[in-house]
Amino acid sequence: MMNTKNEERLFRVLMFFSTVFIVGVLLLIVGSVLYKGVPSLSFAMLTSIPKGGFYFGEDGGILNAIIGSLYLSFGATFLAFIIGWPIALYMNVYLVKYHTLVNAIRFVFDVLWGVPSIVYGAFGFILMVFLGVRASLLAGIITVSLFIVPIMVRAIDESLKSIPHGLLESSLSLGSTRSEISYRIFSREAFQGIITAILLSFGRAIGDAASVLFTTGYTDRIPTSLLEPSATLPLSIFFQLSSPIAAVQDRAYASATVLIVMVLVISLLSRLIGNRRF
Amino acid sequence: MRQIKLTRYRKWRNRFHQGWMVIALLGMLLIPLVLVAGLILKSMLLLNTQSVLGLLTSTDWSPLSGHFGFLPFIVSSLWITILSLLISAPVCLLTAIHLTQYAKRWVLRVMHPVIDILAGIPSVIFGVWGILVIVPFISHQLGPLFGKSVSGYSILAGAIVLSIMIIPFMLNMLIDIFRAVPEELKEASLSLGASKWQTIKRVVVKKALPGIVSSFGLGMSRAFGETIAVLMVVGNVTRIPTGVFQPGYPLPALIANNYGEMLSIPLYDSALMLAALILFMVVLMFNIFSRWLIVKTETQS
Repeated sequence: MMNTKNEERLFRVLMFFSTVFIVGVLLLIVGSVLYKGVPSLSFAMLTSIPKGGFYFGEDGGILNAIIGSLYLSFGATFLAFIIGWPIALYMNVYLVKYHTLVNAIRFVFDVLWGVPSIVYGAFGFILMVFLGVRASLLAGIITVSLFIVPIMVRAIDESLKSIPHGLLESSLSLGSTRSEISYRIFSREAFQGIITAILLSFGRAIGDAASVLFTTGYTDRIPTSLLEPSATLPLSIFFQLSSPIAAVQDRAYASATVLIVMVLVISLLSRLIGNRRF
Repeated sequence: MRQIKLTRYRKWRNRFHQGWMVIALLGMLLIPLVLVAGLILKSMLLLNTQSVLGLLTSTDWSPLSGHFGFLPFIVSSLWITILSLLISAPVCLLTAIHLTQYAKRWVLRVMHPVIDILAGIPSVIFGVWGILVIVPFISHQLGPLFGKSVSGYSILAGAIVLSIMIIPFMLNMLIDIFRAVPEELKEASLSLGASKWQTIKRVVVKKALPGIVSSFGLGMSRAFGETIAVLMVVGNVTRIPTGVFQPGYPLPALIANNYGEMLSIPLYDSALMLAALILFMVVLMFNIFSRWLIVKTETQS
């Protein structure tokens, strides 16, 4: 029979190891991807498009995927921002009296946040077929923005929520309209939170593969208009890793390295800008 | 006169902004309804020819001859989801208790960025890691250990990769939940002579239990819908798996893998949309139940 003291000791050891395990796994993931990817990175890899097809051609690089991913993520984040930012402000400046309603809206966005991106992808595909649009950058931007608006809304909402109520009341009593309070006072007050929300959404947009699989397509070229299909980094990894040709697999590892570096930079930036809780 | 003009301009601007806010909000709230309607409409084609129950319990998946049995995919999804929760739940629970009850402040300061970075890693990177590390590990070490020769692309590989993916998600929630346990409750228990460990076991965990359950529920729904990472390591063989070393074929992978071919056969297209609908419904139910549990306990305390 184990007494409490020994039991506590045992569990403290287990707790310590599970904490170390999480740190170890993160290092292992980043380490193993960089270990494979860094040797295949070169200037030519980053600045040329695949020659002779992304699946069979041995020459060329991943510029199409880098540019495509940037176009897609900037577009989707911008669209999600001009939809999500006003929604979050509306909930906290206009609807502030209706607690139940605001909580219900939060509930809906929380649930939408949890919907798998493949479902958004399938939905985007239905919309495309319905509207008669081919797989294109535009279709991808719309689908991805649908899927990051909930993230944008809830993240901005969290930082607006913490603004003291008195600020709203005193601004109103000085004669500000609610839209002025929203965009001039509340947005300034929550500036750091808004930047963090944008970075968070951007990170999600650039890393998601399932939602762009149906909607953005894949091509060797760099898109010149919104109606052309486009390559993206996650799909560049996914497609090229399954190739039997080693030189093509190298392109996948190089893409993985670029993607992981981008994501790390984004999370570093958001840590620097919005000095987070704790 | 200028004053009046200015006032009118400000009023107009207020109305404009408010209008856009309301349109954006209503538009976004409509999205889930449109989404469900679209998926149902698309899957009606298949549902009109076969019964839901028949589709969900049949194991015969041969799209070319019009047989769509979803059972292998549902069983694979369940295996992977439950297994990944079994791996990640103890790790998350232990780490969350460690970080909130025992650890020094600097440990938290290190762990927060670690959790955030892990949460931000794209799923396709987890897939690459799975192929580079987990699949060879299962094939060369774990398989032979159990006396099996396996390729490594298996239910187990999918579950391990998934479990790591949902750890940061659940851990963040658990830390908040343990933090929300009132300090007085712990002090009361300690002052009655209970040791720290007894207090944690009988008071803190007990108080946090609904939150723990709901965070596991949300983790499960996240795991259930995860696509690319699982698709890359799970093997994708249409058969009901009978062991963790066998390949599986979960629902999201089914949708993602066949998006090209499905257009040529209308029923196939319809079947994949039905798969998306099932996925959406299951995730929705898990989410609503888990969040309802949180809201209920928040209003009680």
